[in-house]
Amino acid sequence: MKKAESMNNHPSKSQQIRQAARHAFPHTIPIFAGFWFLGITYGIYMNVSGFSFLYPLFMSLTIFGGSLEFVAVEMLLSAFAPVQTLVMALMIQARHLFYGIAMLDRFKGLGCKKIYLIFGMCDESFSINCSARVPEGTDRGWFMFFVTLYNQIYWVTGAVLGGLLGSLISFDTEGLDFVMTAMFVVIFLEQWLKEKSHYTAVAGIAVSVVCLLLFGPDSFMIPTMTGILCLLTIFRNPIEKAGDMA
Amino acid sequence: MTLTQQIITIALCALGTMATRFLPFLLFSSRKPTPRYIQYLGKALPAAIFGMLIVYCLKNVSILSGSHGLPEFAAILVVVGLHLWKRQMLLSIAGGTICYMLLVQYIF
Repeated sequence: MKKAESMNNHPSKSQQIRQAARHAFPHTIPIFAGFWFLGITYGIYMNVSGFSFLYPLFMSLTIFGGSLEFVAVEMLLSAFAPVQTLVMALMIQARHLFYGIAMLDRFKGLGCKKIYLIFGMCDESFSINCSARVPEGTDRGWFMFFVTLYNQIYWVTGAVLGGLLGSLISFDTEGLDFVMTAMFVVIFLEQWLKEKSHYTAVAGIAVSVVCLLLFGPDSFMIPTMTGILCLLTIFRNPIEKAGDMA
Repeated sequence: MTLTQQIITIALCALGTMATRFLPFLLFSSRKPTPRYIQYLGKALPAAIFGMLIVYCLKNVSILSGSHGLPEFAAILVVVGLHLWKRQMLLSIAGGTICYMLLVQYIF
């Protein structure tokens, strides 16, 4: 009797999960377009470089980070250099350190889901999970779980498809990769409209642009991250006073 | 490269990625309260990160050669305009992307 009562008041666990799965999907539609395009491109690149589709399959499952996976193709084609490989991987992926810091408190108390959320925290999953307004009554943990899972499914299926079909497919989709840029612009804009002061948003853009000009496209991310950290630390008082952060 | 060397290379890429994703969570246990400074960073960073990601996406655009970044600039204006007008995330993204594809395929 008691059980039935509590079922009426609260949705059951499986209902909660289904609801989160439903509500998470629309947020990932742009990623579907972007990841299929980039994933298929990556798979084709591996295929024409002489690798079976099993390579993109396992690499997209275990690494799950687009830019590094493209670089990894070149690593696999050159001489074995384990130390250099690890250093490259750490440098290319260093920005994820920031994502972890931003999500420290948001991932608290999510149990086992947390491990997968961290494992699958690519740029896109982080951006959605950090910025999306989770609908009222939807379980936040499961919502983020499904966002991450959908994104990884798109990436892995795209990579395998490209790896299987290889150069057989040619498509006139030049420019489709802009979908990712467009998504980050929208998320940035939403953040901008939400906050009262724009210190950190401006710092992010300004430091990145200056470092890009100074260090070039291949090595500007670490200086950028260092620069952002310095600015946020030096101007902590005014930024905190202005309040209203993410 | 032998198969073993290939497996090690892929494993090291995965390890490097996971190290950067898991490290903050390993350093700051969820059982203890997060230090104030790190909490502050967690709140202040996202806006800066989103700005950084836009520049990261555009890092290979050359202002001095080719199409001088004009299609990117125009398409971003379309995204911003659409979004301020309708505030529909999918519409803004789709509109900007279609505009960009038309620009690079037919004009530039």
